[in-house]
Amino acid sequence: MNMGSNASISAKSILTGVFIAIVGLLVVTPVTPAMSKTGLVYVSNEKSNDITVLDSATYEVLRSFDTCRRPRGMHFSHDRSEFYVGCADDSQIAIYKTATGELSGRILNIEEPETFDLSPDGKTLYVSNEEDAAASFVDLATRQVIDDVELGEEPEGVLVTRDGSTVYVASEANNLVHVINTATAEVVADILVDVRPRRFALTPDEKELWVSAELAGVVDIIDTTTHKIIGDVFFLPTGFRKEQVTPVDLLITRDGMTAYVALGRANHVAVVDVPTRSVREYVLVGKRAWGLALSADEKTLWVANGLSDDISILDTASLKVIKSIPVGKVPYGILIDD
Amino acid sequence: MTEKAPAFVCFFFFLLVTSFLPSIGHVAVASEKTPFVIGYLELEGDPRYEAPRAYAGIEVRSRHRPFDGAAASIRSSRVTGRALGLDFSLKRTSAPTADDLMRELDRLADNGSINFFLVDAPTDVLGRLSEHARGRDILLFNVSEMDNALRGDACAANLMHAIPSRAMLDDALAQFLVASRWKRVLVLKGEFPDDTLIAESFLESARKYGLSVVDVREFVLGSDPRERHKNNIVLLTSGVDYDVVFVADSIGQVGRYVPYQTANPRPVVGSEGLVSHAWHWGWERHGAPQLNQRYERKFDRRMSDRDWAAWAATKAIIDSLARSGTTDFDSVAAYLKSSKLILDGYKGTPMSFRPWDNQLRQPVLITTHNAVIARAPMDGFLHPTQYMDTLGYDGPENRCKF
Repeated sequence: MNMGSNASISAKSILTGVFIAIVGLLVVTPVTPAMSKTGLVYVSNEKSNDITVLDSATYEVLRSFDTCRRPRGMHFSHDRSEFYVGCADDSQIAIYKTATGELSGRILNIEEPETFDLSPDGKTLYVSNEEDAAASFVDLATRQVIDDVELGEEPEGVLVTRDGSTVYVASEANNLVHVINTATAEVVADILVDVRPRRFALTPDEKELWVSAELAGVVDIIDTTTHKIIGDVFFLPTGFRKEQVTPVDLLITRDGMTAYVALGRANHVAVVDVPTRSVREYVLVGKRAWGLALSADEKTLWVANGLSDDISILDTASLKVIKSIPVGKVPYGILIDD
Repeated sequence: MTEKAPAFVCFFFFLLVTSFLPSIGHVAVASEKTPFVIGYLELEGDPRYEAPRAYAGIEVRSRHRPFDGAAASIRSSRVTGRALGLDFSLKRTSAPTADDLMRELDRLADNGSINFFLVDAPTDVLGRLSEHARGRDILLFNVSEMDNALRGDACAANLMHAIPSRAMLDDALAQFLVASRWKRVLVLKGEFPDDTLIAESFLESARKYGLSVVDVREFVLGSDPRERHKNNIVLLTSGVDYDVVFVADSIGQVGRYVPYQTANPRPVVGSEGLVSHAWHWGWERHGAPQLNQRYERKFDRRMSDRDWAAWAATKAIIDSLARSGTTDFDSVAAYLKSSKLILDGYKGTPMSFRPWDNQLRQPVLITTHNAVIARAPMDGFLHPTQYMDTLGYDGPENRCKF
């Protein structure tokens, strides 16, 4: 897993960083408001109860700070000026300033938050509530729960559509994907999927919803109009058996051509051709790869390896891991502000 | 090429699943639900739950029946029921003898149209019930009896085992001992028939994995000075060298005094010290904390092996129902017994039933009183098709004939 000497990497990293900075200056993506980017990467470490801060250009660890207990899912606020961290063991979501990492508030009484998503207008937070087997709608202005929707046991992955009309929530224990109408807070459909659904990705046209099924070792593809499974992707890196392949996080690139799937205990990231739904390549990363994040230019993929306490940075052009960086204990989520 | 074949199989599986989905995917929340009842039979006065020869009111083993485990599973299936248009529930009934339980089985099967039954009873009762139910649309699930015989000569085609066999638990421990290089074992066994069963099962696992048993010694509970070589732990563990002590104590009254009293400073395993379990409250991986916390909140106690087995059996039935897309007994039973079943037992590896003896293949947890030390199968114990089948009776060595 040693990826060459540090000296050559940091030289390359600096060049990459300069490149990223230039791209950042030249291209203002329409998705996010034109704010200066900090170039910081935040990693939540669920077992050491802290957040590691890295430099997205040099890949150096800058510092780490304590947070609430068992920090897991993270999200930026609408304007990226803040980010949210769900702390399962403290039943709260902590809010930090992106620029400084300074605590700016807490949303209390969210039972065991794991993953969540925000409405496109940044006003509502949708979080899976494990204790009540429900999805809670939280008004971010008042920080109060405004609605609850009854779901299957252990709700996990949460994803909101671009227009904010629909939120998808996976129920890990019941093997269901719930389709929720956000206006009425009602379940529109319960879709039976493969065993232990975890996370979602939507294709850019939002016609397909991809959901990882951890224990089945596959990604199911759901037609978002008919709510039927229309395909799947099966993973089996060389040398592994079916039961060792436990996909969790997944991302689809902006052009809708490539999906990255973290394969958990199989210690690989699968690179999937989205149109043909076939695996292009498996890339060896650290132990139990779960969390994924792409840099803004999609040139690097950051992978959180829960059982080797490190982050792998993958060059998406060469599909090589260019660096692995030790962080806290059991890294879970990654946010990149670049 | 080998990578392509499973993908193909998986694709076919998907065609199968998706073909049933139209009846499932769109069921609205408010639709009418059909009741689906799972039977639960338990033997009253089951000696396995009687207070052991406890002194001063100290209980050394759990006396809880595993019904709560099944109830937890039903509770977790509310929303699956919503999606399937089914309302899951349990019908619990108990009786003092096997004959009475057979009458209860008939009553529930014939009048209540119940096909699936969890049974909490010892070997002889399970044997009589499965014989009685033979040839009918009935499937029984053993949730509490670890007796190896039920997976061997006394097996039955209509009796599934959610709880691991003793052989599986002992193979797991033997793998751990080999992996730790603690290969010389002193075996201490009690005077009761169950102690002999425990010791024999371990000796079989020791042979299978190449452990060397330096001696087998019998202990008794008491303080008779004429029997001190049998009731004094220091004497029981002297005069021979060993890496580890295995204790076979079905009652648990002697075993708890073995750790820290051995003549040589050696770890204690088996019924005491490092113990193999189907489940443990301290297991913190593969979603286990969620299940444990949910269970403790609801029932105000920790989930035991038998609770877990009742939970897993209920889940297997409901999952098979959901996947086969029908409530037809033959289809659901066929799915449940097939390799298509991917049962999530919160132990990280998908579980299914072994076709040769109906045993649920599953990882085994190697635990102390408050921590899970390892999960078997241990790394490095290989198997041509399925690592979990290194635990317990594998296809070629099994003696079960349906």
